[in-house]
Amino acid sequence: MILEVADLTVSFVTESGDVSAVDGVNLDLDAGEIVGVVGESGCGKSVTAMSLAGLLPRSARVSGSVRLRGTELIGAREPELRRVRGKEIAYIFQEPMTSLNPVLTVGRQIGEVLQEHERLSRKQVRQRAVELLSLVGIPSPANRVDNYPHQLSGGMRQRVMIAMAVACNPTVLVADEPTTALDVTAQAGILDVLRNLRDRLGTSVLIITHDLGVIADIADRVVVMYAGRVVEQAPVVELFAHPHHHYTDGLLKASPTPGRHAGTDRLQEIPGLVPVLTRQPDACTFADRCPAADQKCRGSAPPLTASSGSQAHLAACWHPTRQEAKR
Amino acid sequence: MPRYLLTRAWHSALTLVLATIVVFLGIRALPGDPALSLAGEDRSPEALAAIRAEYGLDQPMIVQFGRYVERALHGDFGTSIRTGLPVSDMIRTALPVTIELSALAILIATVLGVGAGVVAAVRRGRPAEWVANGLALIGLSVPHFWLGLLAILYLSVATGLFPASGFVPFTEDPIGNLHHIILPAVILGTGLAAIIMRQTRSAMLDSLSADYVRTAKAKGLSPRAVIGRHALRNSLIVVVTIVGLQLGGLISGAVVTESIFGLPGFGKMTIDAVFQRDYPVIQAVILLTATAYIVINFLVDLLYSVIDPRIRVAGEAA
Ligand SMILES: Nc1ncnc2c1ncn2[C@@H]1O[C@H](COP(=O)(O)OP(=O)(O)OP(=O)(O)O)[C@@H](O)[C@H]1O
Ligand SMILES: [Mg+2]
Repeated sequence: MILEVADLTVSFVTESGDVSAVDGVNLDLDAGEIVGVVGESGCGKSVTAMSLAGLLPRSARVSGSVRLRGTELIGAREPELRRVRGKEIAYIFQEPMTSLNPVLTVGRQIGEVLQEHERLSRKQVRQRAVELLSLVGIPSPANRVDNYPHQLSGGMRQRVMIAMAVACNPTVLVADEPTTALDVTAQAGILDVLRNLRDRLGTSVLIITHDLGVIADIADRVVVMYAGRVVEQAPVVELFAHPHHHYTDGLLKASPTPGRHAGTDRLQEIPGLVPVLTRQPDACTFADRCPAADQKCRGSAPPLTASSGSQAHLAACWHPTRQEAKR
Repeated sequence: MPRYLLTRAWHSALTLVLATIVVFLGIRALPGDPALSLAGEDRSPEALAAIRAEYGLDQPMIVQFGRYVERALHGDFGTSIRTGLPVSDMIRTALPVTIELSALAILIATVLGVGAGVVAAVRRGRPAEWVANGLALIGLSVPHFWLGLLAILYLSVATGLFPASGFVPFTEDPIGNLHHIILPAVILGTGLAAIIMRQTRSAMLDSLSADYVRTAKAKGLSPRAVIGRHALRNSLIVVVTIVGLQLGGLISGAVVTESIFGLPGFGKMTIDAVFQRDYPVIQAVILLTATAYIVINFLVDLLYSVIDPRIRVAGEAA
């Protein structure tokens, strides 16, 4: 196992009291595996991702364990974390418009990572930056390397972000909604780049999105989060075919998947909103929106357990959906 | 780039022409007849007429203006009514003092202000920020002249660390020159330092929470690179603007500071000229100040385009 996250819990100290963002998340990432994390806005995906390499702001209270090849990162000292960032765990962020520095050339911004983690001469850094730009599919990279971010399109900027992230061949690539801001063509291109990386370098990828289409396209395994907790986890085909948690079921029904919606032309919505919690209750946090909720769901939190069928399929639900009965 | 600069240069020239006209007319709208102050005891109509003829004050405005512009272009600003010396000579001796004083004050203010602003932003909510904020508040609210007097009282008169007044040109005695000018420069720079500190702090707080700073951190860069290369560089635009805008205030501050420390600079020359209705000197002073202001604004624009590549391109496209 490359990355093991156990019982990760994050809360923020804010002026209006504490906000619980992530509650006891467990998550594993194997070498060369692409794991997708899905869930509605505000369910703690980004916070989980940021806490891996200690990137959360000072107002965050983090507990639990994040082990990278066995080395504990939670509570690690800053110099140690700096060696991990960019070199072992690299990030691609959601906003290609604002995530690049407007006053530095893209070559310089890619070069920075290389200079920080690898012993290269100025010339080698530049040459490598050009190589990386061409690797992520930017045309005429030798010219583009001297461009400023505002001279590039959104898709190209996101490719620059990827070039930056993969510059030092990281062990783990965390892509936080890498395609959300892009059009469909650019999106497909970005996903191709990620897949190629995994295939050629064996990079493990944690891809965060609320787009199930992206998950279906690229992920090997899916983790579904709701209100700071992991509610279901399964291989991608298994999850799409047999969702156990009612939230997952709702998500699938709410997004257009070919075949699934044959015959229905309207998408279903899950009624209600993701709650913002100050404390994590001992109950299923989805109970208020769940069609199958009863007293048990409101009185104690369901553990994430393997279902009857497969060891790889986990769900946190007292009353899992019964697909057979539905069909 | 050349195109952006050309446009800016053209605007600057236009402003300069307007400034010249305004200065010329404005000074003549002032109450009080200069011939009267020149005449001294003998205020007979004949004596006044003679004085007016001598200084060209009897000519029509437009003629006076034409002559004025023609001469100014040749570096000739006339003769001081008060001292009888050529105005250009007076300026030549006074200006270097003021330029040195202001440049030093700006340098000190920028270094202190940017430094304290960065510290206050990075150490937000910790003692270092409170100290920086407190100092800035003092720098902003305490007037120059009082600070200057305190400094003279404690650092010159009581301890003799610095000379209380006077000046030595840099070319004659560099060390003595710095010794004379460092205290006035610090005093003059305090207000600007405080303003720069506050602006730097808020600009830094903005850029420190920007996405690209998070990206920089995620790359494993050192705090120094994250703060200096990424956050500060994006905040510098604000600092440059502030320094540019505050230069006017600095010039008036220089007038006061020079008077307190008895520096024979532009400011002292201006005050003397105003009290004596020394038209040729006042005109030259205001024109030079306006020119300096316009040139500095042009330089600030230039600096923008160096700091922020987006401005360069926007200018090209226009
Ligand atoms: N710096 C912070 N201070 C306070 N609360 C925060 C902070 N960052 C995140 N949160 C809270 O943590 C919760 C989870 O946020 P997170 O950004 O992880 O959501 P997300 O799943 O990534 O959503 P999205 O899909 O919109 O990106 C939210 O309720 C959010 O308000
Ligand atoms: Mg997010």
